[in-house]
Amino acid sequence: MASRKEGTGSTATSSSSTAGAAGKGKGKGGSGDSAVKQVQIDGLVVLKIIKHYQEEGQGTEVVQGVLLGLVVEDRLEITNCFPFPQHTEDDADFDEVQYQMEMMRSLRHVNIDHLHVGWYQSTYYGSFVTRALLDSQFSYQHAIEESVVLIYDPIKTAQGSLSLKAYRLTPKLMEVCKEKDFSPEALKKANITFEYMFEEVPIVIKNSHLINVLMWELEKKSAVADKHELLSLASSNHLGKNLQLLMDRVDEMSQDIVKYNTYMRNTSKQQQQKHQQENMQRQSRGEPPLPEEDLSKLFKPPQPPARMDSLLIAGQINTYCQNIKEFTAQNLGKLFMAQALQEYNN
Amino acid sequence: MATPAVPVAVDMEFAKNMYELHKKVSPNELILGWYATGHDITEHSVLIHEYYSREAPNPIHLTVDTSLQNGRMSIKAYVSTLMGVPGRTMGVMFTPLTVKYAYYDTERIGVDLIMKTCFSPNRVIGLSSDLQQVGGASARIQDALSTVLQYAEDVLSGKVSADNTVGRFLMSLVNQVPKIVPDDFETMLNSNINDLLMVTYLANLTQSQIALNEKLVNL
Repeated sequence: MASRKEGTGSTATSSSSTAGAAGKGKGKGGSGDSAVKQVQIDGLVVLKIIKHYQEEGQGTEVVQGVLLGLVVEDRLEITNCFPFPQHTEDDADFDEVQYQMEMMRSLRHVNIDHLHVGWYQSTYYGSFVTRALLDSQFSYQHAIEESVVLIYDPIKTAQGSLSLKAYRLTPKLMEVCKEKDFSPEALKKANITFEYMFEEVPIVIKNSHLINVLMWELEKKSAVADKHELLSLASSNHLGKNLQLLMDRVDEMSQDIVKYNTYMRNTSKQQQQKHQQENMQRQSRGEPPLPEEDLSKLFKPPQPPARMDSLLIAGQINTYCQNIKEFTAQNLGKLFMAQALQEYNN
Repeated sequence: MATPAVPVAVDMEFAKNMYELHKKVSPNELILGWYATGHDITEHSVLIHEYYSREAPNPIHLTVDTSLQNGRMSIKAYVSTLMGVPGRTMGVMFTPLTVKYAYYDTERIGVDLIMKTCFSPNRVIGLSSDLQQVGGASARIQDALSTVLQYAEDVLSGKVSADNTVGRFLMSLVNQVPKIVPDDFETMLNSNINDLLMVTYLANLTQSQIALNEKLVNL
């Protein structure tokens, strides 16, 4: 469907060539509508992401990688992925772009899809709404319209259920980022709320028939007893960690609010001073006007605080709250089940 | 070693390139061997295996039968051993190894999820919400419990002969259920529920706070 062209030069040009090809095949992407309604992932990609974090990720470091696949109508199919080395001490002689180009060229030899469709990142307790993520996703989405970022939460997965979410930037946020204008007026004009920054795309997992056969084989051969972490009642540790992060963010938010309040107070004070100045001038008509420097010093407006950061913080707080609510809902269900069982015993 | 009828080529440059790239991500991993799809070992395998014995000491050869002979996808592993009369021409024999599958936690959870596509008509599954997952896990335990109950009833009614080890397992299982005084359990349960409710309330409060902040700032 999409003609495969071998990318030469930097990643940007190769991505734009694939974007052009994908756009031709897909038709109009629609500026108001989101281009991708569903993300379809191969089982292979899920396992590769899990493995990458398991082997290379520790603590709060994030692991990243690139997703490869195709766009079919309004579905984004991800068929393969490869990991990205982490930024270590030998940063100087490591060329990211070259690594990507080599990888894609080699994968093409073995007939694996080599079209960039997005990237993935692991996260620590759900804290991924950062400026860096925004910038990366913007550059991806700018080059390839349908790209998504997959967020994999290993700690939540270890608790019993795979936690994999796909996010895209909303069209409004794309506009703002394109202008590179993060001042308060621009943001207010665009009318972006923290809830409308990222949109989540539903994920489905699809496997080929051969993989299904392999699954049956594995189920027969592997004698691993089912460990039921999902039903464990011990939850306080995880909850405590989540709340700790939430509290940190709320602290940052309150600092931000204090800054904003001082700004508002300064502007209103200045308005008053201007008013007084006007009155004085009206009274003293005919007298020599005030020297220029005083005016400019007096009337220098205070800097409005940056709005983008507080938007990001609000978005992050929102994500934390969502996670916590999901978690508590699950745990309440388990506790009620335990209660029912105990009552039955007595 | 008979000369192969059809020559086979392995792109060594490609292999070396991929290994270099991979080492950038995981510098500690080494080449252990090679895999091939197919049912049997052919003469080509011997040549390729010889190449890999230069890359790794005692390489492993893995075959995955994707042609599904015998209706199964058999996965076998081999190591090469020398055979023959010492001093004369030596041959190479592939000795089979036992294959075991090991998982770590998150991998097993991922595999469990992916396995669900076996049961859906168009091999597609979505990721379910949290409560649904709890429901699914409890359903699994329920199945396991009913199997055990069925077995116990069969033994009691004489349909199945009693097995001592299984019986002892069952007894230790039943004894593992903790006996808690109902009042203590009530207090534990209530305090946990209170914690969770309070946290939910706080989360909702925080969300409404930031929404309010958003509205105020944009005035």
